[in-house]
Amino acid sequence: MAQKPKVAFYWCASCGGCEETIVDLEEKVLDVAAAVDIIFWPCAMDFKYSDIEAMADGSIAVSFVNGAVRTSEQEHIARLLRKKSGLVVAFGDCAWMGGIPALTNLKSKKEVFNRSYCESPTVVNPEKIVPLENSVYQGVPMLLPKFYETVYKLDDCIDVDYYLPGCPPTVKLVLNAVTAILAGTLPRRKSVLAPDKALCSSCDRNETKPDSMVIKEFKRVHQVVADPKTCFLAQGIVCMGPATRDGCDYPCVKGNMPCTGCFGPVDGADQGARMIAALGGIIDAEEEKGIDRVLSGIPDPAGTFYRYGLAASLLGSKRKEKAQ
Amino acid sequence: MDDFNPTIIAFVCNWCSYAGADKAGGQKLQYPSNVKLLRVMCSGRVDPQFVMRAFRDGADGVMVLGCHPGDCHYRNGNMKALRRFRLFERMLSQMGIEKGRFKLDWVSAGEAKRFQETATEMTDAVKKLGPLHLRGMVEREVA
Repeated sequence: MAQKPKVAFYWCASCGGCEETIVDLEEKVLDVAAAVDIIFWPCAMDFKYSDIEAMADGSIAVSFVNGAVRTSEQEHIARLLRKKSGLVVAFGDCAWMGGIPALTNLKSKKEVFNRSYCESPTVVNPEKIVPLENSVYQGVPMLLPKFYETVYKLDDCIDVDYYLPGCPPTVKLVLNAVTAILAGTLPRRKSVLAPDKALCSSCDRNETKPDSMVIKEFKRVHQVVADPKTCFLAQGIVCMGPATRDGCDYPCVKGNMPCTGCFGPVDGADQGARMIAALGGIIDAEEEKGIDRVLSGIPDPAGTFYRYGLAASLLGSKRKEKAQ
Repeated sequence: MDDFNPTIIAFVCNWCSYAGADKAGGQKLQYPSNVKLLRVMCSGRVDPQFVMRAFRDGADGVMVLGCHPGDCHYRNGNMKALRRFRLFERMLSQMGIEKGRFKLDWVSAGEAKRFQETATEMTDAVKKLGPLHLRGMVEREVA
């Protein structure tokens, strides 16, 4: 019997939601498991880094890496998997664009540590002890991975072949990707494995969008009961649809929640810039004061427009210091 | 920083601000050569992405100059620019880019002097701020 292709899963700075998608494959996971040989999956199975190190370069067919890169350990394994793998797929938003962890790039590492280990209401730490890379405990030297100043997306550190969008990627997209890999029908390298058009184009609320849309006031979802049929933007609720990639089958919109943008921008676009351009066109106010009053309904523009992709923003990725 | 020579990109609208800059040239009004003009048809055409790209690719400051409110050749393009960039400016400060590095202003076709002043003020302000370092993270919060 011919050897089955070897597949690795790894998680960097992530929540485990991407692994959940694998579980959500349900019985189809058996087909995947029958077609491939999972050789590395720290979240679910016991393998050692040394097992991977012992493998021949390029001997893993595909590595699915989820999570952003914030520590030296994550970077080390990402590089190791790159060396050992034919294909590396950035699985989910954190690996593709930094994801939720990249929102910490709005703060310095010092502030992050301070908040997490000292100030957080659930923390009692009067001595202000924070993790150190090197420390000695009862005479024994202790080592921790280096915590970088900033969150990197995976392709800041290694060459990535394909990107799977979503927080997490949907079961449908994962199956499509796995099928394409097994059948050898992948699109050109570096593609995002989802349609390259805006979510609004397939949203079933698109019909309810008025010809001339104007927003006099932004409302947040907890402040109103959204109409379950009408375009969110037409209701004054920020919906990231215009600046977000299609392909998720809009489960959020079906659940009467606006899109928060987890499928990232379409090719070549910057998600935040696109959203600002879209919203700027429909705000109904003429002078600065009035405009500011309307905009006060968006208290956190960077966090709203780059919830899943700050590390991929034009202002957040290039020209920054290299990892290490 | 006396020896710091900032790069400032100015998106100028074809109908007012570019003509204003042209007039400044015609009148031999000097303005700093740090300001590099990019003519666009309307300030409303300037996508925030253009401004971000300018910052990413090395600009220390960016200006968007259009017709005065009410004077837009396309009726309300400048107002669209105003709405967009009010929001954009708030996002810039979140990302650690100081207020003085971005400016949206109005210069009409006849206002050669105003163009000269705007370009000079912007250059001075950016010189004070020093070179822009985009590090992919916020080192300190700015107003």
